Amino acid sequence: MAAIEFNNVIKRYGTGPKANQVIHGVNAEVKDGEFVVIVGPSGCGKSTLLRMVAGLEEITDGTISIGGRVVNDLEPAERDIAMVFQNYALYPHMSVFDNMAYGLKIKKVPLDEIKARVDKAAKILELGQYLQRKPRELSGGQRQRVAMGRAIVRQPQVFLFDEPLSNLDAKLRAQTRLEIEKLHRELGITSLFVTHDQVEAMTLAQRMMVMNGGRMEQFGTPEEVYHRPATTFVASFIGAPPMNLLTGVEGVREGVVLGVRPEHLRVVDSGGWPLQVETVEMLGAERLIYGHLGGAQGPWTILRMHETEAPPASGQTLHVVPLEDRVHGFDAASGRRIES
Amino acid sequence: MIENRPGTTAIAHTVLLLGVLAVGFPVYLAFVASTQTSAEIVQNVPMSLLPGSHLLDTYRLALFGGETSYGSRIPPAGRMLWVSFVTAIVIAVGKIAISMLSAFAIVYFRFPFRGLVFWMIFITLMLPVEVRILPTYKVVADLNMLNSYTGLTLPLIASATATFLFRQFFLTVPDELTEAARIDGAGPLRFFKDVLLPLSKTSMAALFVIQFIYGWNQYLWPLLMTTTEDMYPIVMGIKRMFAGGDAANEWNVIMATAILAMIPPALVVVLMQKWFVKGLVDTEK
Repeated sequence: MAAIEFNNVIKRYGTGPKANQVIHGVNAEVKDGEFVVIVGPSGCGKSTLLRMVAGLEEITDGTISIGGRVVNDLEPAERDIAMVFQNYALYPHMSVFDNMAYGLKIKKVPLDEIKARVDKAAKILELGQYLQRKPRELSGGQRQRVAMGRAIVRQPQVFLFDEPLSNLDAKLRAQTRLEIEKLHRELGITSLFVTHDQVEAMTLAQRMMVMNGGRMEQFGTPEEVYHRPATTFVASFIGAPPMNLLTGVEGVREGVVLGVRPEHLRVVDSGGWPLQVETVEMLGAERLIYGHLGGAQGPWTILRMHETEAPPASGQTLHVVPLEDRVHGFDAASGRRIES
Repeated sequence: MIENRPGTTAIAHTVLLLGVLAVGFPVYLAFVASTQTSAEIVQNVPMSLLPGSHLLDTYRLALFGGETSYGSRIPPAGRMLWVSFVTAIVIAVGKIAISMLSAFAIVYFRFPFRGLVFWMIFITLMLPVEVRILPTYKVVADLNMLNSYTGLTLPLIASATATFLFRQFFLTVPDELTEAARIDGAGPLRFFKDVLLPLSKTSMAALFVIQFIYGWNQYLWPLLMTTTEDMYPIVMGIKRMFAGGDAANEWNVIMATAILAMIPPALVVVLMQKWFVKGLVDTEK
């Protein structure tokens, strides 16, 4: 087990003036045994960052250390990590047992120990009866478990997950998510988990790293990220539907963006902001009201209503007020949070 | 096609039967001729289409050589079959080994002029043996490799087609597999041996069949560079059996030799058919 330290990590492809910088100096420390989710839209550099930890991408500048050891120049196999890939990357011609045992065989671990470790991992993942099968004879969820088994038997200091759930269907995804969480609770191994799905991020993470355009926007617990988003990007990326970012509404200073989540707007009889309703979406437990603040030309605003409340009609004007302590202020120029 | 009309089925079967007949009849003719004496073949015009009674005599003569009833000497086909067999095996195995390794280098390693190397290999596709046969002969002669297995096989082993085929196959192997192997601590050669080689099994089998037949059917090259009878491959041997000038052809022995020459490639195809088809059709990686 080990902590991971990112020290001004930079990734550039190419050299000279044509160089394309994709990671712009990430500084972060992942504590020993922590489960950290790296989340962001596609192309934000989250997978690149993970692959740099794994040793599959070179680190252009800065250092990454695992357990206090700078790993920049180490081969993936020497970094004491294990990785689970999005498409599982199982060796198609090997049985489940051989897939899990391959790395250990290369490390020349004695055969009886290999067997013991694989059996133990198979027991944890309930793969015991499939050990002699080939990957193509397994379902997607089972293959995913084999990929995890392959990671477990290495007994690494760090687990790396590269969008491991995105090839599974919704039901299996939720189930596997719970399994990963349980696994982490039992083994307590430092884990980095990359995903673009904020639900996965919120549910799995002890702390989450929100990335955008190669920069780390915020690094904190899901609560912190939800309740105190550091930038407008984080505010709009985390939470579904996204936070309303309001400018030029009544009572807001010039140069300030006001952020209010749809679930933190309340309808009042009079006063507050007038919201002209345009569309109402029924989601089951709740309704999403889409409308414009301050007349039809105002900014697009979403309001979340419980299904027990009476739904407004299209064209109707509602009066809304934000919950007092759930209002966020951002600097309009930099997008950074203004602490009040 | 899920069509089921008796008319079309009948036409399809007729065409197929005609095809079988067109391919099968000459082989049958060769077989019938090989069971008769050469006198019977020459005297009965047209030749009898029923097998004669000299099957064993003819094949013994063809395989081990000896004097015929006319007094002409027949060289033993056994030795020639062996030469052909060794040549074909060495060419097939050599081609697969070399082209796999070069494809591995081209796909998985970054080295200077990689693109150039690939295109040079690719361009040699345009230069079959026949085009470069004289310079090749000169080189092989200067290296004292005439009348040797090395000379028979080495110039034919380099194969752009097979390199290209393996390159295409390696490109379809997902990158994650390579990365997983790297994380598992497998070096390049270990990865080649443990992952690529087993995955390429079917492609290798398909190529083996094609290249074995290619090697077996070599005619022009051995014709040029072998001058002693003990290094003649079978295909050349058949041609040499045709007597020049007025001498009579020993048709029965020639046909027997032809049949013998057909058996090994046929066996290779039949025995490896399952793999062969899988290698050409299989897309599941």
